[in-house]
Amino acid sequence: MRIVVTVKFVPDLQSQRSFTDGTVTRTAEDGTMNELDENAVEAALQLRESLPEGEGEVYAVTVGGADAVAAVRKALQLGVDHAVHVSDESIAGSDVFGTARVLAAAVHQIEKDGPVDLVITGMAALDGLTSMLPTALAAELDIAQLTLASSLTVADGTATIERHMADAHETVTAPLPALVSVTDEANKPRYPNFKLIMAARSKPVTTWSLSDIGVDPVQVGAMASRTTVIDASPRPPRQNRVTVTDKGDGGTQLAAFLVERGLA
Amino acid sequence: MTDVMVAVLVEHRGNEIAQPTLETLTLARSLGAPVAVWMGDQPPADQIERLGAYGAAEVRVVEVGDGARHAVTAAAAVGSATADASVVLMVSTFANKEIATRLALATGAGVVVDAAGAQMVNGRVETTQTVFAATWDVRTRVNADKAVVTLRPNTTQALPAETPAAPEVVSVIPLLPEVRESMVSVTPVEREDGVPLSEAPVVVSGGRGTGGDYTLVRELADVLGGAVGASRDATDEGWISHEHMVGQTGVTVTPALYVACGISGAVHHRGGMQASGTIVAVNIDPDAPIFEIADFGVVGDLNDVIPQAIAAIKAHRQG
Ligand SMILES: Cc1cc2nc3c(=O)[nH]c(=O)nc-3n(C[C@H](O)[C@H](O)[C@H](O)COP(=O)(O)OP(=O)(O)OC[C@H]3O[C@@H](n4cnc5c(N)ncnc54)[C@H](O)[C@@H]3O)c2cc1C
Ligand SMILES: Cc1cc2nc3c(=O)[nH]c(=O)nc-3n(C[C@H](O)[C@H](O)[C@H](O)COP(=O)(O)OP(=O)(O)OC[C@H]3O[C@@H](n4cnc5c(N)ncnc54)[C@H](O)[C@@H]3O)c2cc1C
Repeated sequence: MRIVVTVKFVPDLQSQRSFTDGTVTRTAEDGTMNELDENAVEAALQLRESLPEGEGEVYAVTVGGADAVAAVRKALQLGVDHAVHVSDESIAGSDVFGTARVLAAAVHQIEKDGPVDLVITGMAALDGLTSMLPTALAAELDIAQLTLASSLTVADGTATIERHMADAHETVTAPLPALVSVTDEANKPRYPNFKLIMAARSKPVTTWSLSDIGVDPVQVGAMASRTTVIDASPRPPRQNRVTVTDKGDGGTQLAAFLVERGLA
Repeated sequence: MTDVMVAVLVEHRGNEIAQPTLETLTLARSLGAPVAVWMGDQPPADQIERLGAYGAAEVRVVEVGDGARHAVTAAAAVGSATADASVVLMVSTFANKEIATRLALATGAGVVVDAAGAQMVNGRVETTQTVFAATWDVRTRVNADKAVVTLRPNTTQALPAETPAAPEVVSVIPLLPEVRESMVSVTPVEREDGVPLSEAPVVVSGGRGTGGDYTLVRELADVLGGAVGASRDATDEGWISHEHMVGQTGVTVTPALYVACGISGAVHHRGGMQASGTIVAVNIDPDAPIFEIADFGVVGDLNDVIPQAIAAIKAHRQG
């Protein structure tokens, strides 16, 4: 079974995140692999480990600027077999559809060495947080979509997931090849161990440009984007914040605050 | 610009329209002429009247049965009903984001999800979004001729139209694609009384600091007319069901009032509530990060503070 995991390079949640010219500021120091993609990598590794030695192969793919290579390096440290970094100036400013097109082309390129059975993504990238990419990628690849999986099992050529929607818990199944997006409930991501970190250092990262994977640059990037960020500004911090220490009347003070604001 | 047709996908539970749809219709009126799309069985007369009261000139009914649970089918159904609309508005939910994505791929539309508002500027839709755990405001223009926008609940105030419409009800026969996915089972989530979390004007959340006892949190929520939320640690412990989890990977809420009880304020949690109107926190630890974003914080034991607050609110009401 061959599995492709998509991993995104995003600003660290704890860093001061910002925008520059309508796109997210991404720097090597403050960037990491999207935390939720650790669950995607974990799901792929667990599937590989459930198969006899040599029967599973996991590729990690990221699309992004030069610094984004850190995302696939992290995936290597976690234990994936191959790392692919698609990077091209023309990709900058892509909307979700541009990104999906590039990722789909990368999957097709990987398929030249053999069929891909599963594509596993995170449920959301913690910067854009749109959760649109998995659906867009499944549509581009024209394969089944099993999204927001809180559990995943693969057997006899089918994938089955459970998902918690607001109104119901669903169990959904589809034949392979399929795309699965996993939530942070799907598993507990492993930590890279020293041996893997050392081994990852010598593992190569394959870098592809758009022409390597047959994508016409005019179809992606800021020019092709169907949406453009025209303004981004930091919100002012909350004003007049008050913190009191309970000395026996904390609840009364809290109630008074709510009444004064017309909230109680 | 009243010639612009703005389709609104109606959220309904059974036969009852959900509040965010009325907010969405209100926004739709500011963009153009609203048309409501109802996925499901023929709606009852009172609900059609309600859509009319909020300005829908037409109600398009498209019936796909259980297929509505599949993004592929639902998007095709919505697509069949909105081919002539320049703007399609939906309420932000995980399911609708997938429908929006498929619809955009089929029509070439641009999509903005989790918008807090939208305007028509020189014939283009421009939206506002609050991002990065509500620390930035972003304005986005849709370049494509068609715009699909999902709107966060509680970001627009629902107001009936000045002159109610008497909507025409039209049945749409959808063109449905083949579906690869199949539903093995669907177990409805027991609906608690009251408003769902994402739509509630007030949310009272409890975290690890509750020690698993939600009595006080529920009581405060009741008194304030709100819904009960929780942190991930609380849902992981099994103290309260997953549907209550607020945060980046749970429900994003933007109520007028958010009360965090025994919640530390981890960045993942803040991402789902930081855009709330007023934030109140009760936590025993003065260094808890939740206090950094609280309009009013009480450093104290929630077992002391909450009962006293409930009693004081009740006393105030009795005047
Ligand atoms: C604050 C903000 C708001 C945005 N709003 C919109 C919008 O409303 N409409 C719109 O069209 N675009 C929007 N974008 C752009 C959009 O984020 C990017 O196009 C992005 O590449 C795909 O969407 P996402 O990051 O939201 O991914 P999500 O759909 O949230 O990500 C899900 C999964 O997809 C995979 N993935 C996503 N991107 C990559 C990548 N580059 N490489 C590898 N794997 C990846 C990861 O596995 C991830 O876990 C927004 C961006 C930001 C920063
Ligand atoms: C990928 C990922 C995604 C995540 N997504 C989410 C998400 O969507 N939502 C979410 O909530 N979390 C999420 N988390 C988890 C998050 O990081 C935190 O671990 C979680 O929010 C902590 O929950 P808590 O505040 O209840 O617990 P804690 O951090 O343990 O805080 C408990 C607080 O209660 C206080 N306390 C204790 N006793 C009392 C008392 N008697 N009275 C008053 N205060 C008291 C303590 O001082 C403490 O501050 C995610 C984590 C990861 C890795």
